[in-house]
Amino acid sequence: MAGEDKKQQPFDSKAASSLVAELRGAFASGTTRSYQWRESQLRGLLRMTDEHEQDITAALRSDLGKPELESVLYEAAMLRNSCKFALKELQRWMMPEKVKTSLTTFPSSAEIVSEPLGVVLIISAWNYPYCMRHFSFFIFPVSFASFTILFVVPTFFLHYLSVLSLDPVVGAIAAGNAVVLKPSEIAPATSALLAKLLGEYMDSSSIRVVEGAVPETTALLEQKWDKIFYTGNGRVGQIVMAAAAKHLTPVVLELGGKSPVVVDSGINLQIACRRIIVGKWGNNNGQACIASDYIITTKDLAPKLVDVLKNELETFYGKNPLESKDLSRIVNSNHFTRLTKLLDEDKVSKKVVYGGERDPTKLQIAPTILLDVPRDSLIMNEEIFGPLLPILTVDKLEESFDIIKSGAKPLAAYIFTNDKKLKEHFVNNVSAGGLVVNDTTVHLAVHTLPFGGVGESGIGAYHGKFSFDAFSHKKAVVYRSFMGDAAIRYPPYTNGKLRLMKALLGGSILGILRALFGRS
Amino acid sequence: METPGDLEVQLEGMREYYRNGNTRGASWRKSQLRGLCRLLKEREAEMNAALECDLGKHPVESYRDEIGSLIKSVNYALGCLKGWMSAEKARLPLAAALTTAEIIPEPLGLVLIISSWNFPFGLSLEPLIGALAAGNVVVLKPSEVAPRCSSLLADVLPAYLDPKAVKVVEGGPAVSEQLIQQKWDKILFTGSARVGRMVMAAAANHLTPVTLELGGKCPAVLDSLSNSWARKVAVQRILGSKFSACAGQACIAIDYVLVETKFSSTLLELMKVWIGKMLGENPRESRSMARIVNKNHFSRLKTLLEDPNVKASIVYGGSMDENSLFIEPTILLDPPLESDLMQDEIFGPLLPIITLKKIEDSINFINSRPKPLAIYAFTHNDSLRKRMVAETSSGSVTFNDAMIQYMADTLPFGGIGESGMGNYHGKFSFDTFSHHKAVLRRSFLVDFWFRFPPWNDHKLQLFRSMYLFDYLGVLLTVLGLRKSKQG
Repeated sequence: MAGEDKKQQPFDSKAASSLVAELRGAFASGTTRSYQWRESQLRGLLRMTDEHEQDITAALRSDLGKPELESVLYEAAMLRNSCKFALKELQRWMMPEKVKTSLTTFPSSAEIVSEPLGVVLIISAWNYPYCMRHFSFFIFPVSFASFTILFVVPTFFLHYLSVLSLDPVVGAIAAGNAVVLKPSEIAPATSALLAKLLGEYMDSSSIRVVEGAVPETTALLEQKWDKIFYTGNGRVGQIVMAAAAKHLTPVVLELGGKSPVVVDSGINLQIACRRIIVGKWGNNNGQACIASDYIITTKDLAPKLVDVLKNELETFYGKNPLESKDLSRIVNSNHFTRLTKLLDEDKVSKKVVYGGERDPTKLQIAPTILLDVPRDSLIMNEEIFGPLLPILTVDKLEESFDIIKSGAKPLAAYIFTNDKKLKEHFVNNVSAGGLVVNDTTVHLAVHTLPFGGVGESGIGAYHGKFSFDAFSHKKAVVYRSFMGDAAIRYPPYTNGKLRLMKALLGGSILGILRALFGRS
Repeated sequence: METPGDLEVQLEGMREYYRNGNTRGASWRKSQLRGLCRLLKEREAEMNAALECDLGKHPVESYRDEIGSLIKSVNYALGCLKGWMSAEKARLPLAAALTTAEIIPEPLGLVLIISSWNFPFGLSLEPLIGALAAGNVVVLKPSEVAPRCSSLLADVLPAYLDPKAVKVVEGGPAVSEQLIQQKWDKILFTGSARVGRMVMAAAANHLTPVTLELGGKCPAVLDSLSNSWARKVAVQRILGSKFSACAGQACIAIDYVLVETKFSSTLLELMKVWIGKMLGENPRESRSMARIVNKNHFSRLKTLLEDPNVKASIVYGGSMDENSLFIEPTILLDPPLESDLMQDEIFGPLLPIITLKKIEDSINFINSRPKPLAIYAFTHNDSLRKRMVAETSSGSVTFNDAMIQYMADTLPFGGIGESGMGNYHGKFSFDTFSHHKAVLRRSFLVDFWFRFPPWNDHKLQLFRSMYLFDYLGVLLTVLGLRKSKQG
């Protein structure tokens, strides 16, 4: 039996405490440590995703109005790939890493052993309830119309829409931990589905789901965990970290920020706009931590940029985007109200150059572009997390860096340019969790890149091996022999010992010889 | 003490200095590291004097544990800096043409290092090496409990390092409290778990990442050793780690020894012999042992021994001199496990020997207590070794020695659970003070039409085939020779 019988009794501190105790018992028994267990659980996740893709789509559509392609295929496929990658690499990840030892500890051998942390808590966000990551495929079409051969070069890029819940779970399991997952209550159908499916497919002695909202999360946060992994916003991130501090629990906080897009001239504007659009509105209608939050471009380029954006938006979503089936809706009325407030603020409402339509009954807001909003407006002072895209204009593009640096470090920052110098300046001077040049959001899909924030956008990182590492303790192990003891280490202390020690720590053979022969 | 306003102005000045890029270049970082190198060479005598004054350390002990170790670490950092600073290419799984991925380390910004009193130079400067190598600006708060060392640091660091980038703030708990309320890009704290919790709670307000180097009760498991040479070496290493490194006031000192009952008397005899040989007749005079740092800690240790059941278990030593803050090497045999001596981190020259029926019982013994910073095991037994590593959890495990793991530049030094979070030393220092930024560069030349909406079954089918790397399927779909099917 997995999940919690929340209908029967409230999940309070007592329940949380006995849940943790139970999982500690399971962890202490050693079950989760073996390769076999970890592998079987990852395969279970895979089977679960394969066999219930339809249910997942349905839940996501119910919670977020996600278009089928955007959510199911990507979310499910992303989780699948995450599992497959972990399965492929697991043995290698689990192996101790031998390290070199030097003269100062001679003779010795040493290694770093990865061990599970124990019982971990994963609290997920609502925007990507299922998984996290995506890959995309590059195709070099020679000519579509003439039906010639396509060179398909699959890559790892993909629109990420994944299960923010389950990707960290993959890492936690791969690292051999027992796991409690608290999915977001704002996506209730997905949360319930996760509770049910994980209960059926996973080893419920060590992997559990707790559904609920603030009271349940609070009860969970009171407990002592060996790690807490939280995805969400900064305010709650502070609460999570403060709760963790009581127990000296290390945390990974995947937060957000305002991810800027700098757009230079002299580029293929159509491609750039497509990539911006799909990274913004093609991702849960802008409700994604690494969606482009706002654009900075030159006053000269801005009109053309707006035109191209309008064209491409219409191509993608038609003349009546509120009717488009390819746009997620706003998750709930709270967020709908928040977004309309941003849009209707006096100093901003006249800056709308495209879109602005909204339908409160369907909780839909159309893709909206605003031009030249004031820097002190509401929309420029909080993470938008919705389908509104402000454009700031500057005289020279270099000024954009100052604008970005004047704010909190975002989770991601993007630039579209062919100017090599500008590229390098951007890469070396803009601090963000991750950067992409000439695209948006795709770095999420790269298994070999750490995904995480810096400063207010987060602490720690995950994806691929970084997930495994996030849920592991790197234990140093030193093997010394009884031979070759250096009596110089111990009292009684003499000058001779001091000389020899200096030579040894200095690492010079000559120095050592001289010290041994009393010459230095 | 500075007013809060002063402090904030100073910190803002440092942030500005950092923002202007002064600390990013390799040459600046190298100059700081070389400055530290020179400091260590030129000021050795003063550092020794300060350590003797604050802790009664012998210069050889000071060199072995702090100055020499720091020289080694600075040289290591200088040698490795270029490699550490360079971007690391991230492997892309397939020929992702015209795309590159890499991880670029960048400094975090303004960092705070709070160090402890027992190795006042080591615990201040070892993290400082990492923070500077990583290109940060740094505020260092040395412990006021070692006042001569603290003021020496405040005096000399500005002379050898860039004073706009490195500041020493001296003071007691009130100053620390004030400091941790500020917004930092990272805090590295060495000290007790109690204060560690406060540091992390304060850091939470600003979402500041922390590395906490705390403590615990580090056990030494002493198995039966087959030959007398090994026994001698083991005892020397145990005694050395307990008594000759700041008189047991070290986070990685051996806190207590676990041994099979049948060997306890042999062990005791060996220890008595070697204490005499290593520490001499008058360890206080010969300074082969440091003294207790202050009256507070002296009282604390005295109180531990006042428990009558504990006192009854003393089998060697036990005498204390409050005037000179000196406690002689003391061994206890099977003090009660519920006593404070066996519940709290001892942090002093009192060595409990706990006897067990079988040495394998040590694993459960250790596991029923909070995770320590280090576990030491002296054994030839390969299967016991494997079990130690696999079945216990600690910051580190060292076989057949103690404390030496501190010297290894290639090993992460840090705790787990109550003994800490995060790690440093060597490249781990550099990493702990860096942000590893993911950077992806794409080209405009490659894209594919079905990446974008409007969505339809055709595009969905293409993606299904893609994800299965079913190139033929993709081809057929595009050619219209395969019907797109519903989910």
